[in-house]
Amino acid sequence: MNVHAKTFNEAARHQTADLRQRDWIQKALAGYYAKRDEFKNRFQSWSGARDTAAAVKWEAVNHLDRYLDEFASRLEARGTRVFWAPDAQAVRDYVVGVARQHQVRSIIKSKSMTAEEIHLNDTLEQAGFEVVESDLGEYIVQLRHEPPYHLVFPAMHLTRQQISDLFQDRLGSESTDNPEHLTMIARRVMRRKYCEADMGISGANFAIAETGMISITENEGNARLTTSLPKVHVAIVGIEKVLPKLSDLALFLPMLATAGAGQPITCYNTLYGGPRQPGEPDGPEEFHVVLLDNRRTELLADAEQRDALHCIRCGACLNVCPIFKNIGGHSYGTTYQGPIGSVITPHLRGLQDWKHLSQASSLCGACTETCPVKINLHHHLLHNRRNAIQARPARFEKLVQTGFVFMMRRPRLYEWAAGIGRILQPLQRLVQGTVLDPLRAWTKTRSFPPLAEKSFRELWRKRKKL
Amino acid sequence: MKISLFIPCFVDQFYPQTGMNIVQVLERLGHTVDYPEAQTCCGQPAFNSGFWDEARAVAERQIAIFQDAEIVVIASGSCGAMVKVFYPELFHGHPRETEARALAAKTFEFSDFLVNRLGVLDVGARFPGRATFHDGCHGLRELGLKNPPRQLLQHVRGLELVEMKEAETCCGFGGTFAVKFPMISTAMGEVKCASIAETGAEFVISNDSSCLMQIRGVLERQGKSVKTLHLAEVLAQT
Repeated sequence: MNVHAKTFNEAARHQTADLRQRDWIQKALAGYYAKRDEFKNRFQSWSGARDTAAAVKWEAVNHLDRYLDEFASRLEARGTRVFWAPDAQAVRDYVVGVARQHQVRSIIKSKSMTAEEIHLNDTLEQAGFEVVESDLGEYIVQLRHEPPYHLVFPAMHLTRQQISDLFQDRLGSESTDNPEHLTMIARRVMRRKYCEADMGISGANFAIAETGMISITENEGNARLTTSLPKVHVAIVGIEKVLPKLSDLALFLPMLATAGAGQPITCYNTLYGGPRQPGEPDGPEEFHVVLLDNRRTELLADAEQRDALHCIRCGACLNVCPIFKNIGGHSYGTTYQGPIGSVITPHLRGLQDWKHLSQASSLCGACTETCPVKINLHHHLLHNRRNAIQARPARFEKLVQTGFVFMMRRPRLYEWAAGIGRILQPLQRLVQGTVLDPLRAWTKTRSFPPLAEKSFRELWRKRKKL
Repeated sequence: MKISLFIPCFVDQFYPQTGMNIVQVLERLGHTVDYPEAQTCCGQPAFNSGFWDEARAVAERQIAIFQDAEIVVIASGSCGAMVKVFYPELFHGHPRETEARALAAKTFEFSDFLVNRLGVLDVGARFPGRATFHDGCHGLRELGLKNPPRQLLQHVRGLELVEMKEAETCCGFGGTFAVKFPMISTAMGEVKCASIAETGAEFVISNDSSCLMQIRGVLERQGKSVKTLHLAEVLAQT
């Protein structure tokens, strides 16, 4: 077992034993389900909307070269600098370079999972820049030196009291569990940071090829301030974020809000098409768009799992995933948690290192059922399992499976083995629950049924004879 | 109609009565039932573990055994999904693809067969008690069988059917997942069982014995008195 799998198992064991935490996550999501369903019903046809969204993303992803070119050239026409980054290191170097060139000291950042993916904050801090997250949830986990717990709700695992304690400790504020007071505490800090910052970093929810604009969806207004107050704005955009037409947003903005947060539409939806143009009173002097590949093109080359690039990072699959709800977001040890993370992380960070996430699933399919862009998530977990075995068969498991096939192709042997099982069963009962119990993984927490006295085939034969 | 029964290996060995109950119900409806004795397993354990070549070797045998069957009824939503949904994928581009697709097309999970193929909702069953239904994920999402089992249960005399909040939430079984990740599997089982208990039902019914094995395993450890029943066990009672 590799180190990532071990860490995952330990974290999952710890988290599943934490009943209060499990209960908290269940409760935190209850309101989301109700609101999500309410706003899904406002669509003329949610299933029709999913079909359309999947078709639009299919078109974009399957003609990515064309749409990205269109997107980049329209952005450049308005003075935006577009940088094509093959990997994480290229982005980190580029952003540090831009920051140094402008003699930046302080950086404000709005929510970006793509920036999380490349660990941008660590690099910037090591290079001597101060980086402050302006999304409230992200700010909270930043103060705790934690990664986001959930790709949409980064601090969902924390109670108001925990946040209050954190603010008291780190910001010297007074104790309060009033959400408005807590927000005001963060806001006071944040307003000063906006004014001080020389550089703003954001992600993008969508990249519109037709108009050469990025679209950012948010509820706090922090992304608008992050992107427009500092003199330089850098947006980090995964290449899969592209949508062909501006009018596609008419579907994708309400869909993202509904599936992601149980909202009809988020409070702020903004399009950014370039730096401050001549005659404009505000906006950044420089606008950089970094297009990140980071092995997305390898996923693009995999026809079977290419639809994983449809993902709009709404987090809906996490919210319905019984694994996520019981082990929590941090157990995964990945930037992208839950089903989508289990599907794409092996592609982004190595199949053998991250295949355990594809195995840690009951394949219930709740994720696929809920995905607004119809990614075949749980079947891709099966595909990852197959690919991992094909690339490197686990020796012991291979032996077990070979034995399984040998037996299942020979009904007499199968029956004989079941007979042996009946003889050995009383012995298993004697050692049940101890280290000698071969069924311990099951029987430690669950009772195990006895083999029936007579199998179905025996009962059938007896019946035929009568 | 002449029906060939596919009794999955763990039903064969652990829950033979469920198989016999299916025979009973089908015969009561006037059909002839056959059980090809050379059958063993659908191959799902190997398939789900990533061993597709091994799964194909097992599946090939089942395809041959049921080649001449007119219609195949299978006693599990999960193994039913294996045959109906995953065989076509497993044999994609393989010489046996046509036969695999043919078997997929003529195979029906038990409740699917009764309701959607035969159009029968009332099998003449009587079963007094308060029960809740657990949707096995494969039956629910791969085969789309949300309504058939419920329609059948609604026509059982004396049975009061109450929905639990987490009816569609996975019980945590998931085949080898249950022993590879027992802590997660058990946590999921606990969520399920809490939801079952909340209904005050005496029985939890499902069309998948594997889910019932998990649910019963957790319930028994918790000392809860709720009984687990396969749909066929209820429908066989008159």
